Amino acid sequence: MSQAEANRGQVDREALARRFRAFIDPAYVISDDETLKPYECDGLSVYCEMPMLVVLPETVEQAQQVLRICHAEGIPVVARGAGTGLCAGAMPHPEGVVLSMAKFNRILEIDPLARAARVQPGVRNLAISEAAAVHGLYYGPDPSSQIACTIGGNVAENSGGVHCLKYGLTVHNLLSVELLTVEGERLSIGSEGLDSCGADLLALLTGSEGLLGVVTEVRIKLLPKPEVAQVVMAGFDSVQTAGDAVGAIIAEGIIPGGLEMMDSHAIVAAEAFAKAGYPVDAQALLLCEVDGTEEEVQEHIEAVENLFRRLGATSVRTSHSEEERARLWQGRKSAFPAVGRISPDYYCMDGTIPRSQLAHVLTEMDKMSEACGLRVANVFHAGDGNLHPLILFDANVPGELEKTEAFGARILELCVDVGGCITGEHGVGVEKIRQMPKQFNEQELSQFHRIKAAFDPAGTLNPGKGVPTLRQCQEYRSLDMNIEPNAGAQAQHEGRCRHD
Amino acid sequence: MTDISLQLQEQVKAAAADKRALHIVGGGSKAFMSREVEGEQQTLSLAEHKGVISYHPVELVLTARAGTPLSELDAVLAEHNQMLSFEPPRFTDASTLGGTLACNLSGPGRPWWGSVRDQVLGVRLINGLGEHLRFGGQVMKNVAGYDVSRLQAGAMGTLGVITEVSLKVLPRPSDTRTLVFESSLDEALSMMNQRAAEPKPLSAACWQDGRLYLRLSGAHAAVSATAGYWGGEVLNEADRFWQQLRDQQLAFFTEEGARPLWRFSINPTAHLPALDGRWLVDWAGAQRWYRGEADMAEMARIASAAGGQVSLFRGGDRSGEVMHAQPEALRQLQRNIKQAFDPEGLFNPGRLYSWM
Repeated sequence: MSQAEANRGQVDREALARRFRAFIDPAYVISDDETLKPYECDGLSVYCEMPMLVVLPETVEQAQQVLRICHAEGIPVVARGAGTGLCAGAMPHPEGVVLSMAKFNRILEIDPLARAARVQPGVRNLAISEAAAVHGLYYGPDPSSQIACTIGGNVAENSGGVHCLKYGLTVHNLLSVELLTVEGERLSIGSEGLDSCGADLLALLTGSEGLLGVVTEVRIKLLPKPEVAQVVMAGFDSVQTAGDAVGAIIAEGIIPGGLEMMDSHAIVAAEAFAKAGYPVDAQALLLCEVDGTEEEVQEHIEAVENLFRRLGATSVRTSHSEEERARLWQGRKSAFPAVGRISPDYYCMDGTIPRSQLAHVLTEMDKMSEACGLRVANVFHAGDGNLHPLILFDANVPGELEKTEAFGARILELCVDVGGCITGEHGVGVEKIRQMPKQFNEQELSQFHRIKAAFDPAGTLNPGKGVPTLRQCQEYRSLDMNIEPNAGAQAQHEGRCRHD
Repeated sequence: MTDISLQLQEQVKAAAADKRALHIVGGGSKAFMSREVEGEQQTLSLAEHKGVISYHPVELVLTARAGTPLSELDAVLAEHNQMLSFEPPRFTDASTLGGTLACNLSGPGRPWWGSVRDQVLGVRLINGLGEHLRFGGQVMKNVAGYDVSRLQAGAMGTLGVITEVSLKVLPRPSDTRTLVFESSLDEALSMMNQRAAEPKPLSAACWQDGRLYLRLSGAHAAVSATAGYWGGEVLNEADRFWQQLRDQQLAFFTEEGARPLWRFSINPTAHLPALDGRWLVDWAGAQRWYRGEADMAEMARIASAAGGQVSLFRGGDRSGEVMHAQPEALRQLQRNIKQAFDPEGLFNPGRLYSWM
């Protein structure tokens, strides 16, 4: 039994709050239920849990002291950025402390010549690009939540975005992090250079979902802002043809800045919402953005237009102004709220697949959709194979959320079956922990547990997320084979919240 | 095209049973990077474990066994006008994919096209328990589980035997041109960093012997236009220059055979103190090579002051540490991670650090 388990329920909330208030501004130690409430979930609000306490330290020393106390007492700690995550990775632990990094919101340094920025973890993703713009630079990864999400959270989830085929994920744009271990010890990982001696710990930490340490400072690369970007929109009468067109662009030797696909359901919803001028009769729509120097963009845009026409696009339109480019993107960017308008609720999945499997996966998904009676709309980062099926449902219909989750689980399993994975950029968190055994066998999961133990032997950092215990795996497997439905159903409903 | 992974797994299990150290060897072209170690280490050879397993040009993904020579990958990729964008050095014809990842070696294009670590999508690995495990995958984005694949970059085999690697590959640029400028080291550092901050198709920036070399790669119109703006003298046989830089065949690397070669990975804008030996600057300043006798502790101080790290890459005293000293807390963490993969300490003991 771990220390956390031994101490479960033993810690007095007010006594602990008093200890924290001795060195943290008392207003930033939250212990009353009303103020704790907004912290009960992250961007995936179907999972929630009230924390014991929330603390918002303002200095690294304070955060360090919080970790030391929690470590000594065996209290779980869940680090939190802006809470925009989509996998319940920041869902609190009922006997734990939420360590909010929101007060760490300063950009410490922008070095235009070295093309790097040093920022605190609570700085918003977009704020970095805004601050760097005066130097003609920007920060590459642009998750759709970039207005709100923080760089610390981006590191924890290895966030991507629309432009990652060309400009990479967080892991490709990170130079170093300052980290607090579970014991509250300070470590510096990475450097101002492009690599460091020995095994790549920076890569290991990126995307580790707050299970290995708490990031207190980040150094990232900045990129020169491309001179020009233009987007070509093309409609196709089948998903297969659109998929082939994506392959043809790559085969042409062009790496687009962004390459997005939407299926007919998503096109119709987005057009009704954003009036971007999308062809609503098309079965699939491609948005291909080319960026670079003026000469390069001109050369590549022509090539892309010709290619789309040759491959049978039913409509082709190219942006000729920044305004037009923004309008063409507007539909794609508002696809989620647009889908939200045609259904009381939607559930966003995040599988990745080899691009060649797209038509097959969408066909299978249609069959599943018909079988379970739930509609699904698809938006797809076509360039890098990241599929976001949006399952439409109504949470007020009893059983429909459970049905949606079961459908979602089958989609992720399909992704693994065709050589893909269960999450491209949203993370595992609580949400996809049941699908982990589909992608990894027990030896691989055990290896993950030993890595976790190398950083956090007592398992108090973000417990219950990311990697299922072997016992959970057995439960999931037996549930999937319908051997022990009750045990499984109970596991499934842990942490479930009801918004009635 | 042979798969000897079962045999490799058996050898690891046998070594674990006997608590016997293993020396993992691919093509042996990077053996000089290792520390000198005492005592017997049985060789675990990956040389026969080779062959491309799958290659989907349209997906930009290639999977090959770790012992596959880089030259074989080059040939396969060239058929589809694609390349290993991290430009791995071929110190000999025997250089392998697995060794390249284990040593985290990338060539001149690295700051723009990414390193081998950046392009790795997945690996298969035999851990110290003799388990053959699969991490990552063959898709561009995958955040399920810890990134064990990229962790292997630079571990020099200490965490397991890499048996298979999946990589993102890229199209070859349609045009390339190299511009040369007479320049002092300090001027070159300013110039290469300034140029790197411009949205132009720069793909390599190197300085040696009073000359700055800037390589442009991309669409023909973009390369021509940028060359027009930037001026300089166009280098003939430029591909050969960059290949010799990549493979350490330039005179800087081959002359004065006995003088140690140091590698600094630092802030690209850093100005380093004058030393007696010679410098070569690559990666627009982020990678600096120094040839000369020096003391590791002194070199580490210089690297730290420049925001980075140093290693004794080739030659010199290899009985001491050859990698930048690590603070105790970080050493302990690395020992813990080593323990998590290789509890009996079978793999390459003492080759990366004396303490691991």
